[in-house]
Amino acid sequence: MSTATVESPGPAGPASGPNRVDKEQQPYVEVQKPRRTGIKLLVLLAVWLVLYAVFKGKMTKALGLQDTNSLHQKLNDARDWVQLDGKDNWFFGGVLGAIGDALDAIVKFFQELISIPAFPRPVPEIGWLGVVAVLAWITYAVAGLRSTLLVTGTLLFFGVTDQWSNSMDLLIITMLSVVICILIGLPIGIWMARSKAASGVITPVLDVMQTFPPFCYLAPLALFFGIGPACAMVLTIIYALPPVVRITEHGIRSVSPTTIEAARSLGLTRQQMLRQVQLPMAKRTIVVGINQCTMAALSMATIAALVNGPGLGKVVVSALQTLNVGVASVSALCIVLMAIMLDRTTTAASERGQGRSNVGSASGMGVMLTGVVLERLPRWATEDAGRGQRLPRVTAAGRGFLLALLFVPAVVLVLLSRQQLNLATFPDVSETPVLKWISGPQLAKGINNFTDWLVSGVDTYTIWIKDHITMWFIDPLQSLLSDSPWWLMALVLLALAYVLGGWQPAAYTLACEVIIYFTGVWNDTMVTLSMTLIATVMTMLVAVVLGVAMGRGRKADLIIRPFLDAFQVIPPFVYLVPALALFGAGRFTAIVAAMAYSVPIATKLVADGIRGVSPTTVEAVRSTGSTRWQMISKVQLPMARESLVLATNQGLLYVLSMVVIGGMVGGGSLGYIVVSGFSQDQLFGKGLAAGVAIAALGVMLDRIARYAAARYGR
Amino acid sequence: MSLGLAACGGGDISDTTTAGGDGGASCGDLRIAVNPWTGYVSNAHVIGQVAKEKLGCNVTYPDVKEEVGWQGMADGSIDTIVENWGHPDLVKKYIDDAGTVEDAGLTGNDGIIGWYVPPWMAEKYPDITNWENLNKYADLFKTSESGGKGQLLDGDPSYVTNDEALVKNLKLNYQVVVGGSEAALIQSFRSAEENKTPLLAYFYEPQWFFDELALVHVDLPKYTEGCDADPAKVACDYPPYALNKLISTKFADSGSPAVDLIKNFTWTNEDQNLVSKYIAEDGMDPDDAAQKWIDDNPDKVDAWLS
Repeated sequence: MSTATVESPGPAGPASGPNRVDKEQQPYVEVQKPRRTGIKLLVLLAVWLVLYAVFKGKMTKALGLQDTNSLHQKLNDARDWVQLDGKDNWFFGGVLGAIGDALDAIVKFFQELISIPAFPRPVPEIGWLGVVAVLAWITYAVAGLRSTLLVTGTLLFFGVTDQWSNSMDLLIITMLSVVICILIGLPIGIWMARSKAASGVITPVLDVMQTFPPFCYLAPLALFFGIGPACAMVLTIIYALPPVVRITEHGIRSVSPTTIEAARSLGLTRQQMLRQVQLPMAKRTIVVGINQCTMAALSMATIAALVNGPGLGKVVVSALQTLNVGVASVSALCIVLMAIMLDRTTTAASERGQGRSNVGSASGMGVMLTGVVLERLPRWATEDAGRGQRLPRVTAAGRGFLLALLFVPAVVLVLLSRQQLNLATFPDVSETPVLKWISGPQLAKGINNFTDWLVSGVDTYTIWIKDHITMWFIDPLQSLLSDSPWWLMALVLLALAYVLGGWQPAAYTLACEVIIYFTGVWNDTMVTLSMTLIATVMTMLVAVVLGVAMGRGRKADLIIRPFLDAFQVIPPFVYLVPALALFGAGRFTAIVAAMAYSVPIATKLVADGIRGVSPTTVEAVRSTGSTRWQMISKVQLPMARESLVLATNQGLLYVLSMVVIGGMVGGGSLGYIVVSGFSQDQLFGKGLAAGVAIAALGVMLDRIARYAAARYGR
Repeated sequence: MSLGLAACGGGDISDTTTAGGDGGASCGDLRIAVNPWTGYVSNAHVIGQVAKEKLGCNVTYPDVKEEVGWQGMADGSIDTIVENWGHPDLVKKYIDDAGTVEDAGLTGNDGIIGWYVPPWMAEKYPDITNWENLNKYADLFKTSESGGKGQLLDGDPSYVTNDEALVKNLKLNYQVVVGGSEAALIQSFRSAEENKTPLLAYFYEPQWFFDELALVHVDLPKYTEGCDADPAKVACDYPPYALNKLISTKFADSGSPAVDLIKNFTWTNEDQNLVSKYIAEDGMDPDDAAQKWIDDNPDKVDAWLS
């Protein structure tokens, strides 16, 4: 509670004006000494600058890319051991080997069923028409007519763009991973909800799973499972599991205590309580968890192309290598459509027969802070988008009969698709009138032409922007952070953590610094930190502008939100292609890509905050005749600062997780080391160490931001 | 409804099941690693297309980086690498020590790695092609990414490179900046020549792009046997590479007819550049490009199959 920090213009420090309004809302105000954060920060900065000038370039712990330390060598040796002797080891060869083989076999089974030729057949067991028929039937059974139309349309689009088998592969990996996540995650979540001890042990594990950038465990997983579908699945499962577990726990815990008490008084056992009260009442929330899990799985299954995971991601990766924006865009479009399809269907299935409700409401502050932000896709595609236009409900028996009746044509279509070649492989539509314009190659060509035209028109400006931002912001900050002696940086960060958040984050910072020091990539970590900070600041600038517009006006929201939604489901490295085309390789390009990834989430949080400002307050201020600008700067933004701080925190973490991917487009430093470690034998250990450093950096920044948020956010 | 219409259009699947030639089903799966440069793609798809059409193999092309491909051969998820650039450390580890990978002979392509400048620069600054003069021109190559030094642009992070060590050991006032891919390098060279902007970059042969733009090689201190033994101390040019093929031991022992095809496969730099040009410049699908070359060169293909 720092509403009393009137004099101190700290980083999140509000101007004095709105506090009076604020106090109205907060009946209890802790009386506190002013912290004078601003002055402390200024002193810190001054001392830092002086010492930087004195010691510039000395003791920076810089390490050339090809240079390694003994830790990296040890990791390399461990890797060699796993590769050479792992097969005979009971754990690596036995347990992991068996898991890998089983996963490979399952994926292969489904692939031969619907996506790749089931040798010696020249086509899969079930052709496209059969797949469409079956999926449409299932969707109709679980979700309803509108979803069925969406699913059918999306599936046909995959075929028309010539991405049928890649899309099916992606769908297989995603859905199988989700099923496994549910099988593992639900019991764990239930267990955590019912046992404090379990929750205490597992929560930090989930924290680590979510802070670790997925790229960093690509290399070790490829080592354990070999490259291919199994590795892709494990990767996807690790990434998509935490949301299911967390939200399940959250859902069961939030069943109202009154209900529990009432049930207990009826003499229900713990088992009965779980089955008859807690699970049914948490069902809605759990489905949200599954929905989140599906979205996470989809985005990770795409990245898994880097370990030879099958699917649309492969197209994106190779398009990135050939700078083919058009091809990358077409597959990205397919991925977005698949995301919408999965999201709408799971949501519609959960809403069935339960009336309308806002599932997203499960996203409280607590849930969001842990990195699980519940998001929803555009409403226009949902079952209840056309309010009041629902088809009259058929009775349950009538529905059952209808489904059974529809089952017959579905089966017939499956059988036909097994026999007729053009019902098995999607026909080439590049000669068909109308459809040819959206056939894959045509679409890609059109997008490429447009991109070429755009880039040749604006590249002088974009390069100018890049050069100047690099020269005036990136280079100086990077020099300040990476040319300072390591001990100076360590002290500065500690002091910063202490001033902003107190002892606890300082302790975390110290621990993380020790880890980073021993990974041997201190200097690269500082370079990465400087890029992260700049990207976060730029993200927040954009997010505040967009978020305020969205929070203030329904129309702006309606226009902007679909774009944000789409950006959130595009797999991160798709952004790299246009960013590369516009700005060329370099740190700025990596920053732009990171912004593209983090702006949507930050913007939505800002918009939520602005909208959350009490209408009474807004009305009251408006009646005093203040201008729009005054309203935004003096009332709405300061009152939404809790959301602003949260948005900054989230934006920062998103940026950091994109840093590795930025290494692929000249972002350099940690990200590049991780990428290199994945592709150069002697850098394996160093890449792994860099991954750990990124995670440590993430934890450090997250803790500082969290404690600062707790202090200044309210 | 629509099924009646659609059913008319297609042939019966059982008719086509046996398509695939003499080898029939005996070939089974063939997984050819595909590394991220076009020349490699040409090798892979020509071999793959022959294996598919003539031997009836079920060919797949996992996209992997070089080192990952080796690892894949060791763990059984990949059968072959069809253009290998040296990698003495991996040869020792997988071929000599573990025995999980075998050499499958030369591809017939001679590989060169080096530093190149666009033609206009070599014309304007004739002595730039000698490394000793590079520092003189370092200022020309400054960019926003090179931190006040000259920029040396590199390709994909997975490419074979000593550039960081070379810059350091030859005391060059340059900074290695990573472009990210072959396509990025080509695009950079194109725009450098077009706009007459300076560029110094890592590049390699065989490479179709040389037909479009005759890039000029910058000579580093001459390569001598063993001068690149310690990667951190390298101060000499890259060795000439006799590119070769690799197969996993498991696959070599499988009796697949594709093993002999891979071992026999050999062609010239011109052959590879032609297919690469089909793919990269003409935008052909790699399979179509490969098939076009196969159709135009039946005798070469027959020699691989005999």
